[in-house]
Amino acid sequence: MYKIVRKEVLNPVITLMEVEAPRLAASAQSGQFLIVRSDEDGERVPLTVCDYNREKGTVTIVTQAIGASSKEICAKEEGEHFADVVGPLGQPSEFIALPDEELAKMSFVFIAGGLGTAPVYPQAKYFHEKGAKVDVILGAKSADLVILEKEMQQVCDNLYICTDDGSKGFKGLVTQKLEELIAEGKEYTQAVAIGPMIMMKFVTLTAKKFNLPLVVSLNTLMVDGTGMCGACRVTVAGKVRFACVEGPEFNAYDVDFDEAMRRQAMYRNIEIEADHKCKIGRGK
Amino acid sequence: MAKIPRIPVREQDPQIRAKNFKEVCLGYTDEEAMLEARRCLNCKKPACMTACPVSVKIPFFVAHIAKGNFEEAAKVIAIDSSLPAICGRVCPQENQCEGSCVLGVKGDALSIGKLERFVADWCRENNVSVATKAPANGFKVAVVGSGPGGLACASDLAKMGYDVTIFEVLHKAGGVLTYGIPEFRLPKDTVVAHEIENVKKLGVKIETNVVVGRTLTIDDMFEKEGFDAVFIGSGAGLPKFMDIPGENLNGVVSANEFLTRSNLMKAYKEDSRTPIYVGNKVCVVGGGNVAMDAARTALRLGAEVTVVYRRTEKELPARAEEVHHAKEEGVKFQLLTNPVEVVGDDKGWVTGLKCEQMELGEPDASGRRSPVAVPDSHFTVDADVVIMALGTAPNPLIAQTTKGLEKNRKGGIQADENGVTTREGVFAGGDAVSGAATVILAMGAGRKAAASIDEYLKNKKK
Repeated sequence: MYKIVRKEVLNPVITLMEVEAPRLAASAQSGQFLIVRSDEDGERVPLTVCDYNREKGTVTIVTQAIGASSKEICAKEEGEHFADVVGPLGQPSEFIALPDEELAKMSFVFIAGGLGTAPVYPQAKYFHEKGAKVDVILGAKSADLVILEKEMQQVCDNLYICTDDGSKGFKGLVTQKLEELIAEGKEYTQAVAIGPMIMMKFVTLTAKKFNLPLVVSLNTLMVDGTGMCGACRVTVAGKVRFACVEGPEFNAYDVDFDEAMRRQAMYRNIEIEADHKCKIGRGK
Repeated sequence: MAKIPRIPVREQDPQIRAKNFKEVCLGYTDEEAMLEARRCLNCKKPACMTACPVSVKIPFFVAHIAKGNFEEAAKVIAIDSSLPAICGRVCPQENQCEGSCVLGVKGDALSIGKLERFVADWCRENNVSVATKAPANGFKVAVVGSGPGGLACASDLAKMGYDVTIFEVLHKAGGVLTYGIPEFRLPKDTVVAHEIENVKKLGVKIETNVVVGRTLTIDDMFEKEGFDAVFIGSGAGLPKFMDIPGENLNGVVSANEFLTRSNLMKAYKEDSRTPIYVGNKVCVVGGGNVAMDAARTALRLGAEVTVVYRRTEKELPARAEEVHHAKEEGVKFQLLTNPVEVVGDDKGWVTGLKCEQMELGEPDASGRRSPVAVPDSHFTVDADVVIMALGTAPNPLIAQTTKGLEKNRKGGIQADENGVTTREGVFAGGDAVSGAATVILAMGAGRKAAASIDEYLKNKKK
């Protein structure tokens, strides 16, 4: 089980993989996530379900090689197996529960940052298929870090690419693009932002100016991903919630982003130490 | 007969074991076990058996040990328990079999737990297997959760000829035996893995990475996967917090998180990929077995550890042996102390635990005297890590996703003493029903449910 049937290197740090997991593929819904362990002694890495193929029994994941464990995942080749893939975890996107005729009346704007493009894709696809208007603002540092552009193009009405350095599309931040679109007269009924915590925080501040309803998907720390450890706890509307079982999506205006960012960094120093082999012989 | 005192069991020296994760208790030698077994009075009405939640035929297996027939002893235990190496280590014997032993009235009770683990360890070390498979009866039963309740239920059913598949959400089987109880109390690769192998030898299949309620629902099990009955032994996995200010500061973790990182993810080993944050001064809040496990793990990882508990030592819910071991190893206890706030620095990291002094008032509903705060008695305990070990609640996912399955007042699945739920063909037991309890009570519930499932399916066949 958990054979990698397709691998596509999207850019030097981001890899897409289609993995055999029939039961997971049969039950996954957009907004949910899964957990991968590359090898017998690997870490449990939460990743969003980027796509699923119920007939083929496969799920698609997109991984950014940042730490030791995500690098191990990206290093796997087509035909190889993961030790474990478990899911779907978390709640599906709340809009999935809406009747089709309601959905068809909606006008979505998705704001995707970097790897956040991957979880935005299945949602944009689902709502686009249901007849909703779908615009996507896709932000990346530079042109070579833009992922899933072609795929996204096919599941939305308008795709706006923003890069920090202007090497592709609009030069500037996703928040600036959002303001610009609204100023041009675009009318959205719902915004969804998925990306780095800091981006989601600033999208929230921007959306607030326009009273635009906004949902964010929180990529908190997790160990088991099933509600057992509580590493993922976030303060939402003044209450402690577990992002893994009650989320990962929450109403953006209720989220304490500063706390969430601080909590995300809890193990950062230990991880940097583990990933970095000291060249001058210090440390363990 | 002259009264012989209990044969003491060898343990690792406290100074040494406080720095390693090897098992604390070293167990009896053959000779020591035989000597201890000879102390059994072989009572006509053995109170120990009645007090055992799974009714192990204690005097019979002990008699075999006394004669040196260790394999025969193992066969007697195997009738009622599939996990003797585990039960011998983690059961609260002092409240069960040993608590009812007649020898205990005027001296030391028979060391039943240590004798049970001796037999199980002897079998493992000598490659003796007492597992026997029954001929298949054509029925398929699904078991949710591979903790003690699920394993006990599955092995009883397999022995009766059922085709049993256990579904486990984590990547490794064993439930709390694997993610919760530390290596120094319950070795994973030798003891836990071996007992699970024995359950598999009975024909039980274990599928990991299945989130029941998400990957598969209970309805899917009946409709798509062809199961005739389901046992839910999904445990109590959700950690409780105190709901005090500062609980989301960096450095505050649940005991579940701390222990899962160390036990399941092996963060206690230098080469583990999973990080664990131990700090220098650890405060563990709570007084149960899980609190002791967390405290002793943090100690072994190099921290100075204080257990903060709001009542006195007498009320500590942990087993006396665990408290004794923790103290021997250097864990400090700050009793009659109740945390009111976790305090932190301007970067959001824990610096201490603000507490208030307590005194004991009137007994509460459970019969324990309730702690009452002493006015104006606040003080702060220095800490850079706070571990909350306040108990756990059942995960609501299965009840939420299964039609016709009612919940009880504790938030667990409603089931009677035989494990019968409000939904036909679905049975439940252990912490998933009762909320957090012990390994052996979960096993007892699993066994009762297995008997109910057998009765249900036999009637269905008619």
